[in-house]
Amino acid sequence: MGWKMWSLKKSIWVFHVNTGACNNCDIEIVNCLTPKYDIERFGIKLVGSPRHADALLVTGVVTRQAAPRLKEIYRQTSKPCVVFTIGACACDTGIFHNGYHVIGPVDKIIREEDPNAIIAYVPGCPPKPEAMISGVVKALSAI
Amino acid sequence: MGAVFEGKGKEMSTSMTILFWILVVPGTIVLGLIASWIVRKVSALVQWRLGPPLMQPAYDVLKLMGKEILVPQEANRTVFLLAPLVGLVGVILLTVILCSVLLAQKTFVGDVIVAIYLMVLPSLALILGGSASASPHASIGTAREMKLVMGYELPLVLAFIVVLIKTGGQLSLDSISQQAPVFSISGMLAFLVALLCVQAKLGFVPFDIAEAETELGSGILMEYSGALLGLWKLMHAVMLVALPFFLVTLFLGGYTGNYLSGTGLIVAIVLLLIFVGGRLLAGRSKFMDVLALLSFIGVCILAGLGKYVLILVLLILIKNTNPRLRIDQAMKFFWGYCTIILFAAIILASLGCYYEISWL
Repeated sequence: MGWKMWSLKKSIWVFHVNTGACNNCDIEIVNCLTPKYDIERFGIKLVGSPRHADALLVTGVVTRQAAPRLKEIYRQTSKPCVVFTIGACACDTGIFHNGYHVIGPVDKIIREEDPNAIIAYVPGCPPKPEAMISGVVKALSAI
Repeated sequence: MGAVFEGKGKEMSTSMTILFWILVVPGTIVLGLIASWIVRKVSALVQWRLGPPLMQPAYDVLKLMGKEILVPQEANRTVFLLAPLVGLVGVILLTVILCSVLLAQKTFVGDVIVAIYLMVLPSLALILGGSASASPHASIGTAREMKLVMGYELPLVLAFIVVLIKTGGQLSLDSISQQAPVFSISGMLAFLVALLCVQAKLGFVPFDIAEAETELGSGILMEYSGALLGLWKLMHAVMLVALPFFLVTLFLGGYTGNYLSGTGLIVAIVLLLIFVGGRLLAGRSKFMDVLALLSFIGVCILAGLGKYVLILVLLILIKNTNPRLRIDQAMKFFWGYCTIILFAAIILASLGCYYEISWL
């Protein structure tokens, strides 16, 4: 493991992308930053620009409108980066399966852009903050 | 005139001088990273959180150095790539000048003017970088930064004039740092306003208008990624050393750890390095973090840097207890209240100088 990966694991800056979520996963993501969970302990920080990000937290099923934007945001993120699909919809379209406005789950859209993208899945409706933290730990120890 | 060094007070030995010049740049960077950890840690403690570990700012910069650099298609490449370097070099130069005055008593006539110009350089670099990056977020941030610079430069220069009147009009930082204008009414007013100007220069919360996380993403730095962003982060870290040092020199009577002086400072730095090494090996806990915070403050006080820590903590507390101002409110604040207060301070200082009343 080179110094790049080592330092990346020590400081993950996340950018939050909502591709059509009902806002419940978003609230749970913000919950991670509260004093109870305080993920800044692990160097995880929410940033305002995909250029600064090391991880994209994608919530919600990918709608027709959101798909090109998601790809654009993935292109704007400086590599190496990890994509986290948060929630049942983002992982596998959830209850919107075969919906008229749905293009597909997040991983499909990201893989169209970059077949070698690193994608981690955190299922749940919404996933608990503990589940997200454990997802981050598992994804980072797998890299 | 010119850049002729004239050693004042007690001379340092040759080996100490060489050691000083070798250590000063890495030392300021390390001190800056630790200071930015203190900012995050104290903010976390204020918010009843645990906060990041001691090495976090170093990890962040190291990580950013290894990431891909993306340059927007429409950006002006040269300016976009050079701006962070200009800012970092400017602020490091400023710190070196201040450190050589504070710690080695080396000065040259007119270094105050040089320091004031160098203090504008980081904001100027931010404006250049933001306007070169061809992004609407960055250009709004740039416009706000420009207005903010115009806002706080006026009261800062006025505060500086108060200091000049109080200290007898000498244009060298060393002779200014022999006196402490803060122990007079006009000096105290000037110090309070200058503290708020420094708050704005650092982009700390009541004046983080140009960064504005909630509506501009990160404003000027929007399009920066990888090593360039790392340079900006380093610049902000070193500013956390340079600007409080500047206030200490102008208002609080400079470096007074004379009984420890250079030797004490080097012992303190070695202690700090041993401590950082120990932390790296031994892992972390809340107890260790609080211990690190306390020991850093203790080491600073031992090394005669207590005034620096005082200013840093004041800045952090203002940062954590105030909401953000709009740009027009900030302008009104600086050009209205602050300027009026400073005119009053200048009149008081002149009266005090004329009638030789030192407390005015």
